[in-house]
Amino acid sequence: MTTRGATHAAGPKGPAEAMNHPADGWITPDGRKIGGTLMEMQNITLRFGGVTAIEDISFDIREGEIRAIIGPNGAGKSSMLNVISGFYVPQQGEILFHGQKRPPMRPYEVARQGIARTFQNIALFKGMSTLDNMMTGRMTLMQTGMASQAIWWGKAQREESAHREAVEKIIDFLEIQSIRKTPVGRLPYGLQKRVELGRALAAEPKLLLLDEPMAGMNVEEKEDMSRFILDVNDEFGTTIALIEHDMGVVMDLSDRVVVMDYGKKIGDGTPEEVRNNKEVIDAYLGVAHD
Amino acid sequence: MATEHPPQGDLFSIPALLQRNARRHGASPAYREKEFGIWQEWNWIETAEEIRAMALGFLALGLERGDYLAIIGRNRPMHYWAMVAAQMCGAIPVPLYQDANAEEMAYVLEHCGARFVVCGDQEQVDKVIEVQDHVHCIEQVMYTDKRGMRKYDHTQLNWLHDIQAEGRAAHQRLEDELDARTAELSYDSVCVMLYTSGTTGKPKGVVLSNRNIIETARHSSEFDRLVHTDDVLAYLPMAWVGDFIFSIGQAYWTGFCVNCPEGPDTMMTDLREIGPTYYFAPPRIFETQLTSVMIRMEDAGKLKKRLFDHFMAIARRVGPDILDGKPVSGKDRLLYRVGHILIYGPLKNTLGFSRVRVGYTAGEAIGPEIFDFYRSLGINLKQLYGQTEASVFITQQPDGEVRSDTVGVPSPGVEVKIGENGEVYYRGPGTFVEYYKNPESTADTKDPEGWVATGDAGFFEEGTGHLRIIDRAKDVGKMADGSLYAPKYIENKLKFYPDILEAVVFGAGREMCTAFINIDLSAVGNWAERNNIAYASYQELSQHPRVIETIQAHVEEVNRSVAEDPMLSGCQVHRFLVLHKELDADDGELTRTRKVRRKIIEEKYADLIAALYDGSSSIYTETEVTYEDGRKGKITATLDIRDAATGEPRHNRMAAE
Repeated sequence: MTTRGATHAAGPKGPAEAMNHPADGWITPDGRKIGGTLMEMQNITLRFGGVTAIEDISFDIREGEIRAIIGPNGAGKSSMLNVISGFYVPQQGEILFHGQKRPPMRPYEVARQGIARTFQNIALFKGMSTLDNMMTGRMTLMQTGMASQAIWWGKAQREESAHREAVEKIIDFLEIQSIRKTPVGRLPYGLQKRVELGRALAAEPKLLLLDEPMAGMNVEEKEDMSRFILDVNDEFGTTIALIEHDMGVVMDLSDRVVVMDYGKKIGDGTPEEVRNNKEVIDAYLGVAHD
Repeated sequence: MATEHPPQGDLFSIPALLQRNARRHGASPAYREKEFGIWQEWNWIETAEEIRAMALGFLALGLERGDYLAIIGRNRPMHYWAMVAAQMCGAIPVPLYQDANAEEMAYVLEHCGARFVVCGDQEQVDKVIEVQDHVHCIEQVMYTDKRGMRKYDHTQLNWLHDIQAEGRAAHQRLEDELDARTAELSYDSVCVMLYTSGTTGKPKGVVLSNRNIIETARHSSEFDRLVHTDDVLAYLPMAWVGDFIFSIGQAYWTGFCVNCPEGPDTMMTDLREIGPTYYFAPPRIFETQLTSVMIRMEDAGKLKKRLFDHFMAIARRVGPDILDGKPVSGKDRLLYRVGHILIYGPLKNTLGFSRVRVGYTAGEAIGPEIFDFYRSLGINLKQLYGQTEASVFITQQPDGEVRSDTVGVPSPGVEVKIGENGEVYYRGPGTFVEYYKNPESTADTKDPEGWVATGDAGFFEEGTGHLRIIDRAKDVGKMADGSLYAPKYIENKLKFYPDILEAVVFGAGREMCTAFINIDLSAVGNWAERNNIAYASYQELSQHPRVIETIQAHVEEVNRSVAEDPMLSGCQVHRFLVLHKELDADDGELTRTRKVRRKIIEEKYADLIAALYDGSSSIYTETEVTYEDGRKGKITATLDIRDAATGEPRHNRMAAE
C-alpha cells in the first residue's frame, strides 16, 4: 500500500481551520493534482422523526481527491453518503455540485449527473453475470429506447457494442476477466465487492461514492481493493468519497478526512491533522459524552 | 550428427521464416490474443509489419549486434514479436520466468548482461527497477501494459507501442541497417538463450542456435504432420524451452497460429474457445482438469452420473484401441459411437479438446489412469521426453505406439544411448551449443563427440525399443541394506492419487524410506465439503485425522504395489507425515517448473526428517514462509507422524524359501 502521508499544511488545527486549503487546488505529496471544489455540502441537517442523523454539517469535495468520511458506528456516515447520492433529502442545507445549487433530486437523476456508488451490503443482481451487472451500470448513458433495444438492430446494436467495449476496459482494469460470465451470486465476497466497484465505474462517474469498500475483507483483499481505488483515482481522475472503518486504509488512501460523531462533524483535514485532533481521539477512544 | 538437410532457399533464421510465411500464408492468422473480451487477430503480413516496426524501434534506441534483450511477461503476441525483432537486429532474446522474484531475476540479467529489457506490466518493471540497484548493465526498459506506469521516470523507460511508432517513423533512416543485420544471420547464429530452472545451483544459460531450433522444429513438425492451419494455445511460461519450440520454432516453420489467452485465470475458458488442434500440457494440467471433471460429476444428477459411468467404462475398455486403429468388435464400435454423441463429445468440448489432433505431455510422469482417461475419449495424447539442452525433443511416442509408462522412441535425427551407470545420453541437431559463460559445465555435460548426459537414469525396453525413465541419475541410490533407492518412482506413484499434490521420499543410505505428503487442496477440500468436515485453513485440513487416514490408505496401497517389484521393493514408505504447508517455488522448495528441490527441502525440514526416523508420533515445528509480495512470515504446527504397513519384499521371501 502506498502511503500518502500529508506533509503540507501540517500543525494541529481545529475543524474550523481545516478547510483553508487553496481554493483553486494544490498538488499532493505524491504528485497528483487536486482541483477546485466539485461538491460542497452547506449546513446539512437530516432528521428521521425525532432523531437527528446529521446536524449542521458542512464540507467540500475537491476535484480529483480521495475524501474519506469516518466515524464510530451510528455517526451518520452512511446517511451522509445517502444525502450525496440523493436517496435522502435533507431538511436543511444546500448541496452545491459544480458550483450550482442542487434541487431535491431522485437518485436516478443524481446518477445522471455523474455520481455513482457502491453499497455497504453488496447490491448486485445475484443471478446475473458479472458482465451483465456491469452493463447495468451503463444504463444512465444509454440513448436508444427500450423498443429498439429489444429488436437489437442498427443504432441499438452499435450502441451496445460501444457500451460493451467500455465495460470490457473496466473488466480489464479490475482484472476480473476470468469471472466475466460467472453469475455474481457464485463469487466470493471480495470479488463481488470488486464487481460492484466495476458497475459503479461503468457509469463513468465524476464522483464515486464508496460505502465501506473493505468491510469484511481479509488483508490481501483489502490491499487489492486499496490498489484499485488508488488506480481508479489516478487513471480515470475520478473524485472519490468513501466511508471506511479500517483506519489504516483511510489514512493511507485519503487526501482529506471528515470525522463525524453523533451526527456532528468533529474533525476535517488531512489524515495527519485528523489523527492529532483531540476530539477525534476522544470519539474513538470512547470518552463519555456529557 | 545424424540426418541434416539444410532447409530450402535461405531459411536460416526465424526472421527469414517470418518473411516466407508472410509471402506464403500472408492472409492466414499468425497470432490471436483475447483482449477486452474479443479475440484480436494478426495475419502473417500484419505480424511481419509489427515485428519490423518493433525491430526498427529497437535500432532507434540503440540495440547492437550481440546484445541481450530480456523478455519478462506472460504469453502475449507483443512479447513473441519482441523476441523475433531482437533477432532481426542481430541481438539475442532471453525470455525469463515472470514469476521469478527480483533476486533470481538479478542473477540472470547480470549473467547475460542484458542491455534491453521488455516487461509485461508494472509488476515486472518494478522488479527490474529494484534489480537495477545492483545490476548496472540494463539501459533501456520497455513495457507492454501501460497501466499504472504514468508516474514513472520515463528517461529510460518506454511503452513498447511507442517504440513501434518510433520505428515506423524512422523506417527510411534505419531500414538498410536492419536489412543488413537480418541478412547476416546464419544457421550458426544464436537464436535464443534460455535459462534452465536448475534443480540444483544457479540457473545456466543454454545457448541454442538457429540450427538447433529450426532443425528441431522441422523434424518434429514432420513427425506429427503439423500444418499451417493448426492452432496452439500459448500459455506455458515463455522462458521454458517447450514454449519457444512450439510457439516460435514450429509456428514459424509450419506457419500455424499461436493463440494467447487473456490471462492465466481465463486459460481454461480460452482453451475451450480456441479448441487447439495441437496441444501441450504438463501432467499437472491434465490432472487438474480430470479432477475438476470428476468433482463436477459427483455433484451431477443421478441419471447423468450413471450415463457418465456407463459410457466411461466402455471408453476405457475400447477407446484406446479405437484410437490406435486396433481391431474392435462392431458392437463396441457402435456403443463407442453412441457414447461419443452422449458423453465423450460434449466432455471433450467442455475441456477444449474437440479439435486436438496431437497432444503431448512431458516434464513429469503422468498417472496411467489420467493418461488412459484422455486417450479413451479419443484424444491423441502422447508422451515425450526432452530437456532444454536438446531443444526439447529426445524421445517421443509415434501415433499407435502410445503407453503411459514409456517416453517413446528417439525423435527423428536424435541418437540415444544408455551409459554404463544407466544414465541416458543423446546427441542430435537440437543439441545445444554451450552454456553461456560456463565452459566447465558445458564440458561436464557435453562430451567432444556431442553426447549430452541427461542426468536421468533409464533403459530401453526389449522388444519395443521404447525408452523408460526411472529417476534422476543422481537421486537413484542405495539404501543401507544395498537395495535400489529411486525416490521419484515412489513419489510419482503417490502423486497419481488426486488427493496427493506432491510427495517427497527420503531414504538414501538409510534402513527405511519415509515421506512428506502434500495434500491437494481442491480435491481434499471438496471431499471435506461433501463429508461435512469443517476446516479453517490448509494447515488444519492437512492435519485432520480422517485426511491422514485417507493418505495412509494411499501410502499402504503404493507399498503393496511396490512390494511386487523385485527391484524396488526396498523403497516402501515405512513412515510418513502430511506437511502443514504447500511446497512452493517462492520458498525455494520447488523450481519454477514445479520440480521438487530435494536438497533445500532436506535442509529446511531437517527437524521433521529427524522425527520420521526417531520413532516419535508427533512433532512441533516452525516454518518460514514467503508471501506473494516477498514478505516473510512464520507458521507453526504440530504434525502427526504415522507408520504405514509395508508388504514383505518379494525377493527377500524368495531368498528365504
